[in-house]
Amino acid sequence: MGSAKQHDNDLFEYLLRLGDDRLILGHRLSEWCGHGPMLEEDIALSNIALDNVGQAISLLQLAGEIEGKGRSEDDLAYFRETIDYRNLMLLEQPNGDFAHTLVRQFFFDVYSYYTYLALEKSLHEGLGAIAVKSLREATYHLRHSREWILRLGDGTEESHRRTQVAVNHLWPFTGEMFEADEIDERLTAQGIAADLKKIQLDWRKVVNETLAEATLEKPEDRFLPGGSRQGKHTEHLGFILSEMQILPRSYPDAGW
Amino acid sequence: MAVDEKAKLAAFEERIANGEKIEPKDWMPERYRKQLIRMISQHAHSELVGMLPEGNWITRAPSLRRKLTLLAKVQDEAGHGLYLYCAAETLGIDRDEMTEQLLSGKAKYSSIFNYPTLTWADIGTIGWLVDGAAIVNQTMLAKCSYGPYARANLRICKEENFHKRQGYEIISIMANGTDAQRRMVQDAVDRWWWPSLMMFGPPDTNSPNTEELMRWKVKLKSNDDLRQRFVNLTVPQARAVNVTLPDPDLKYNEETRNWEFGEIDWDEFYAVIKGHGPMNRERLEARRSAEERGQWVREAARAYAAKKQAKEVA
Repeated sequence: MGSAKQHDNDLFEYLLRLGDDRLILGHRLSEWCGHGPMLEEDIALSNIALDNVGQAISLLQLAGEIEGKGRSEDDLAYFRETIDYRNLMLLEQPNGDFAHTLVRQFFFDVYSYYTYLALEKSLHEGLGAIAVKSLREATYHLRHSREWILRLGDGTEESHRRTQVAVNHLWPFTGEMFEADEIDERLTAQGIAADLKKIQLDWRKVVNETLAEATLEKPEDRFLPGGSRQGKHTEHLGFILSEMQILPRSYPDAGW
Repeated sequence: MAVDEKAKLAAFEERIANGEKIEPKDWMPERYRKQLIRMISQHAHSELVGMLPEGNWITRAPSLRRKLTLLAKVQDEAGHGLYLYCAAETLGIDRDEMTEQLLSGKAKYSSIFNYPTLTWADIGTIGWLVDGAAIVNQTMLAKCSYGPYARANLRICKEENFHKRQGYEIISIMANGTDAQRRMVQDAVDRWWWPSLMMFGPPDTNSPNTEELMRWKVKLKSNDDLRQRFVNLTVPQARAVNVTLPDPDLKYNEETRNWEFGEIDWDEFYAVIKGHGPMNRERLEARRSAEERGQWVREAARAYAAKKQAKEVA
């Protein structure tokens, strides 16, 4: 592969990872709409879902432009298969109870916050611009989920128990967040992508401190095999996509 | 005492006649307070339950932008619920009590939300017809005599107008789309038209609250007047996108300049209110389940807040 072509391909893949993370998480969060534990939280979760889907639109749109095959953000969202999706497996996990949703959210929010913080300085102008705008949102998301982890962890006996169960259950999915492949390495060396090694340090620090403050125990580092950045997933993603993609797939000629 | 009450009532009614707004701390007759609590809480519950039929399609929205706008719309409804509950609270009832009344079936919500959303065209149709009907009603309520409720409706109307435009846009695109899309649109309109007309409530001849509510300017127009206004507004919109409204008796009266319409099936209306609509059970069950599954979360938030406060005091 020529280097310009490889560069575009790397960037395309990297943008899919960023975009798919947010699209799939936004999908999961939107499932709460109308079913939240209190009206204020219904509104907050919908807000965060909106931000995530909004960011996914910008990222996938840019991905389509870089790819140069005329695929729009909708084409990328609605006409790819499970094995083409690049989101972290953590994000496709079912909502479970409110503790599961907020632990999943917190793990991702810390990751997303530091990713955008790094990408603000990305040498890729388009990506940098998305990061500047998204960082504001990610800052609010992180504050929201961090506060909930404290409330739930240090709230009642039941909330503590449920939250610890969620932490234990979701922890093994967090290992692959920091698995860098050649694409990450090349783009990081070029000053375009966020350095996963550095993000891992920041992530660990914030997560450890927050869990401690919330009187929750950090589980042992036993991680599940990763590979979602190369299209490996749990069975949940297929159902998300079949629901999400039903209309454009059933009526490919229709506009909406 | 009785003389004093009479004088207060006379002064109250005079203020209303002069077009003044009644504010939470002002004296008001108990009936006025009760009627407003009933209406505002019913309105708030309708926003909450109304999130469900549309929320049902967020994960299946046919484009990312449609997904965003639908999610934002349903979120707006939660916001409307929130400020309506606040408006009701100014009358001396709290949110927990209102929630309890909804879940026990004591308080009602708009019957329209007991119908199912079957295709994406339902999302457009709800925006166009259901929000369109709500706007006609809420535009009137934005001028009602109780200040907090009037102001809440003013705010709600602004957002609802936006929702209605989005709904009509969906209908218009689908009505000009493929055969399959046109079929979905017509089917949705066939299902939602009559229930939309029922949203204005029973006919004036059988509306027990109307007389009193109009005297106190809680309502400024009767159910039938509002219904007629909605029909007059909607018929040309349906024609513009070549959608047929499912009423063979619909005809224009040159003299009254009204679109006259056929007989509404009031038996269906009362049956759905009494709980025999297609989705009554699911809607209440969804609210009940959210309430139950959220209980430990609310308790945790309260316990944590108390702990934090204790620490700050210490």
